[in-house]
Amino acid sequence: MNIRFATVQTPKEIRAVYQETLNELIESNSSILVMDADLAGASGVAKVFKNHPDRCINMGISEANMVSAAAGMSLTGKIPFIHTFAPFATRRVFDQLYMSGVYQRANLKIYGSDPGFWAAHNGGTHTSMEDLAMTRALPNITIFAPSDATQFKWCMKEAAAIDGVVYIRATRKVLPDIYDPSSEFETGKAIVVAPGSDIVIYAIGEMVNEALNVRTSLATRGISVEVVDCFSVKPLDEALIRSEAVGKKLIVTAENHNKINGLGCAVAHALSEVGNLAKQLTIAVDDRFGEVGTTDYLMDKFELTSRQIEEKILRIM
Amino acid sequence: METEKIKRFADLIRLETAKMLSKRGFGHLGGSFSIVETLAVLYGQVMKIDPKNPAWPDRDWFVLSKGHAGPALYATLALKGYVPLSMLDTLNENGTLMPSHPDRLKTPGVDVTTGSLGQGISLATGVAMSFKLDKKPNRVFAIVGDGEANEGQVWEAFQFAAHQKLSNLLVFIDENHKQLDGLTKDIMNPFDLVMKMEAFGFACLRVKGNDVDAIYEAIRQLDSIDDQAKCIVLDTVKGQGDEYFENLFDNHHIRFSGDSKDALTSLIQRLSEKVESEGRQ
Repeated sequence: MNIRFATVQTPKEIRAVYQETLNELIESNSSILVMDADLAGASGVAKVFKNHPDRCINMGISEANMVSAAAGMSLTGKIPFIHTFAPFATRRVFDQLYMSGVYQRANLKIYGSDPGFWAAHNGGTHTSMEDLAMTRALPNITIFAPSDATQFKWCMKEAAAIDGVVYIRATRKVLPDIYDPSSEFETGKAIVVAPGSDIVIYAIGEMVNEALNVRTSLATRGISVEVVDCFSVKPLDEALIRSEAVGKKLIVTAENHNKINGLGCAVAHALSEVGNLAKQLTIAVDDRFGEVGTTDYLMDKFELTSRQIEEKILRIM
Repeated sequence: METEKIKRFADLIRLETAKMLSKRGFGHLGGSFSIVETLAVLYGQVMKIDPKNPAWPDRDWFVLSKGHAGPALYATLALKGYVPLSMLDTLNENGTLMPSHPDRLKTPGVDVTTGSLGQGISLATGVAMSFKLDKKPNRVFAIVGDGEANEGQVWEAFQFAAHQKLSNLLVFIDENHKQLDGLTKDIMNPFDLVMKMEAFGFACLRVKGNDVDAIYEAIRQLDSIDDQAKCIVLDTVKGQGDEYFENLFDNHHIRFSGDSKDALTSLIQRLSEKVESEGRQ
């Protein structure tokens, strides 16, 4: 692991990074294939399809077949990257992820885009608040929830190198830069993004940036907040989670996902055997469905903004 | 094709399947028996395989999408020498390498794990697509159940195979006319499967699924097609090859007792004597 933090902001759309990284992977590894379920235009891979027609397959609007067929391809040595929106990459195809995927140790890479509030104007039908809850319960799976473009790119390259099913959940849109592009991460290792002594916030994805905003704001009140990026949701860095919780006055988790069986539960489980720890505050979606709206509106509705997180922390402290 | 040799191979597959089920006392007899002749033709005559090297990169692949017919596949694999015949005695025993449904990580010779219905045929299309992309000559053979074709995913896989013109994939639909709860026409009418497959873009033939010559001839007939997905609808009888089990209505999964136990015992005796006398000829 070699982490450097971003000193300037040059954020890119994640879908642009997806496209750019697939081009690199295709050119460096003859086993890489790209598949989409009639969302190539939405995921940004339409250009990859154009540049590498012999390595890309549009599977049409048939996600179940896409997952199983991609798994079949992997049994012959291919490394397929498949994409669709997070709900259709997980809850629509859960049994396919299970039997065609992890159960027979297929080598499948899945980008589930626009989880949680990122579904925006696609609304409740297209909102996934349960993708981590489901996928975490699968043996033989690696789950990444990257927090910026640099980490997303690293996760894709790491996914290509891992022999097994990898699920990457991330927006297609822009995330603020947290890491310098030279950063190297490690599967199963969380990152202390910013140190602090009073509170620790374990966060994933877009919520890492919200946690950093909370940290800046609470500093003005003399409260010191540590922020930990738990991008490797499975395997989770339970050792670091345990060590950073010791001595804190409050433990917080933050995720753009249902409070049931997401990061909050994973952290609570990791800490359950430690004892003598502070209370845990779970910042997550309160077991409800999504709806249409702008991402700002939905973040507020789901009580995931840094202002709302700060208020909840101050109420407890 | 040496018809007598393949017929004898089919008898042996049915015999070993019956012995496995008899040993365990229960199992999926109906759907195992209905594919015996097809397995005999594929593994005895058609497929390019090396039982001593199950992972041989140049081999043809077999996908039992209707995974519950696993016992018939295990019998076939053991008779071909992938595993010792004695392993058949372990079907569904605690810790076995031969579970109800085929598991590629457990049984040598099983190319693809199946059992959750509808997925095997999609997996098979993926394997075939991969060989097509690499311009490799490997072929893929898959057996789908007519009951299994209730699953929507089967039809997703069929439209993908047809769209991609996967002529290196040969799909068999085992039309044994029954599923667990009864007749397919009463539960989810398949109507005319040949017409459906043709409408999906397949070249499709229907043959008697207990006739090894007819099965082989159909495979040969489709061999020359290289720009279209291909299907053979096997007109079979669930429990095929034994009068008692063919006429037993609930023959999907049987717990052998009383008449069914006696019938299985006499089938094993009859087939044992038959293959023994054929062996002496």
